[in-house]
Amino acid sequence: MSVATQDTAISTGKITRALIYLVLLLFALFYLLPLFVMVANSLKPLDEITGGNMLALPQTWTIEPWLAAWSTAQIGVEPTGLRPYFINSILMVVPAVAISTILGAINGYILTKWRFKGDNILFGLMLFSCFIPFQIVLIPMATVLGKIGLAGSIPGLILVHVVYGVGFTTLYYRNYYAAVPSELVRAAMIDGAGFFRIFWRILLPLSGPITVVSVIWQFTNVWNDFLFGASFGGTSQPMTVALNNLVQSSTGVKEYNVHFAGAILAALPTLIVYIVAGRYFVRGLMAGSVKG
Amino acid sequence: MGFLDITNVTKSYGNVEVLHKVDVEVQEGEFLVLVGPSGCGKSTLLNMIAGLEDITSGDISINGRVVSGVHPSKRNIAMVFQSYALYPNMTVGQNMTFGLEMHGVPKPEREKALADVSKLLQIEQLLDRKPGQLSGGQRQRVAMGRALVRDPDVFLFDEPLSNLDAKLRVDMRTEIKKLHEQLKTTVVYVTHDQIEALTLSTRIAVMNGGYIQQLGTPREIYDTPANIFVATFMGSPAMNIVPAKIKVDNGVVFAELTDAEGQPKLLRTVQSNLAAWDGREILLGIRPEAITDPDGADRKSTHLERLDNRITVTEPAGSDTFVTMTLGGRDVIGRMRADADAAAGQMFEFAINMEKAVAFDPQTEDRIRPD
Repeated sequence: MSVATQDTAISTGKITRALIYLVLLLFALFYLLPLFVMVANSLKPLDEITGGNMLALPQTWTIEPWLAAWSTAQIGVEPTGLRPYFINSILMVVPAVAISTILGAINGYILTKWRFKGDNILFGLMLFSCFIPFQIVLIPMATVLGKIGLAGSIPGLILVHVVYGVGFTTLYYRNYYAAVPSELVRAAMIDGAGFFRIFWRILLPLSGPITVVSVIWQFTNVWNDFLFGASFGGTSQPMTVALNNLVQSSTGVKEYNVHFAGAILAALPTLIVYIVAGRYFVRGLMAGSVKG
Repeated sequence: MGFLDITNVTKSYGNVEVLHKVDVEVQEGEFLVLVGPSGCGKSTLLNMIAGLEDITSGDISINGRVVSGVHPSKRNIAMVFQSYALYPNMTVGQNMTFGLEMHGVPKPEREKALADVSKLLQIEQLLDRKPGQLSGGQRQRVAMGRALVRDPDVFLFDEPLSNLDAKLRVDMRTEIKKLHEQLKTTVVYVTHDQIEALTLSTRIAVMNGGYIQQLGTPREIYDTPANIFVATFMGSPAMNIVPAKIKVDNGVVFAELTDAEGQPKLLRTVQSNLAAWDGREILLGIRPEAITDPDGADRKSTHLERLDNRITVTEPAGSDTFVTMTLGGRDVIGRMRADADAAAGQMFEFAINMEKAVAFDPQTEDRIRPD
């Protein structure tokens, strides 16, 4: 009987396997289709798109739309292309990610290795910040930024993103460091290392995977944010806002090929971060959650 | 004044006092073992010596200096942890010299200290490896090396062998003992393993419930335990504790206990002041090795008592055979020679060495000391 079951198991195995692959293939095509449409159309002249066939490959290949999106397209009233906004985004995202990650690491270190009265309550409150919707804080945040003179500037945006991100990064690092034995810290204390020396020489070198998680998470969130950028960006708006202004402009001809190129440009940095660091991402998430 | 003085030290967490007025004086070069079951306060005491936990009241002084409030790194101590606590991102060499580096010792001196210690511990070939690439025994050596490099006044060991497998534990035990004989440094060593305590120490502090139950040499602790806790905690198999009634007959003091059939048996005791307990119950403590077959008995003993009783179980252990009988209503284990002719269910003639027997007060559980 056991032989018989095994026999059927093998034959049904082949059929189901084929079915599974077929379904997976269909899903993959389905998910890749938008990307294909974007890439294909960004490399066509506009008349090929308005001619009607969005799904076809370009008949004449051109990188003109890309160049236009990057440097000459009309963003709002200025024909600057996306370049200055791309630079704005970089100037915002790099410090915001760096500062929130470093603060999260130090917070995690203190909350696990230098416990104090009420530390769990404090951590709970910080966690709470992960669940506050952006919209709620818009007006108070605008008031604060105005009072400290950072309204409508990149440093203001950095501050907003650090404040919002530090809850997440603290959560990551706290859970990760909870799995690091406290005896290590005690040994280092006896060896004569101080607060920052222990952090710098013992804890931080162990933090590779969780740092990758924190950086990817923060980079994606800050780069993709539209609401804060539109509300507090002022004259130095980030890429997402510019892309909106490019695509949503209501006068003149809709240059779909330029829009597609612009959209890809806006998505490219996060895509690169994922491809470069992605395989550490899952590993780090597991390490942080399971052991913590 | 000793080299390491622990004077009237207590420790409380909130309202709960976990360590009650502990007093220990450790001389230079001594190997003091703190032993006790988990939760007895031994690790807390060690951490207080290290400065990793605050002292609630009392004083600790090392080498003539009161260290309360002094940072762990400035007490000139080194500690070996149960988990070894090797820094995973550093090589063995970096691990061992990290403390010296933190204390601002120049590089040539660090290199020299590292070379000396790694030679002593025979870990020279491991210096460039990471802790993750080492076996348990090697990690243990590195952890000890890290402590040795510092050349501290006092070594603190926190259950350093409990993560090793049985065979390696015995090897490392010998290793630590050798090292101590060679270097003659002062050691405070925490363990819950009574064998480690007896083999390694020059003195033992047996702790329970936040009190030091007895402080003495291994021999004192083993032969003359202060109370029933110490008697049963130290030694394996544990000391047999049997209820007995004292009977004085013509100036000779007997302990009367019941055998497997419930019949009274008399054993002559050597402790003459037990005469004051005439007609009252005591608890008689007899170590398994004081209960033997007649041929295996200690020939130098002047008080060998013979006792016929039925055997309940025999457990051959290779070098000895452990034999269980019922005495005073309790299981009593004796240690026979391996080839003693003992079988379960049989009557057997036991030889009991009453010189080694101790008596306890059933109320206080303290030992009734001979005059």
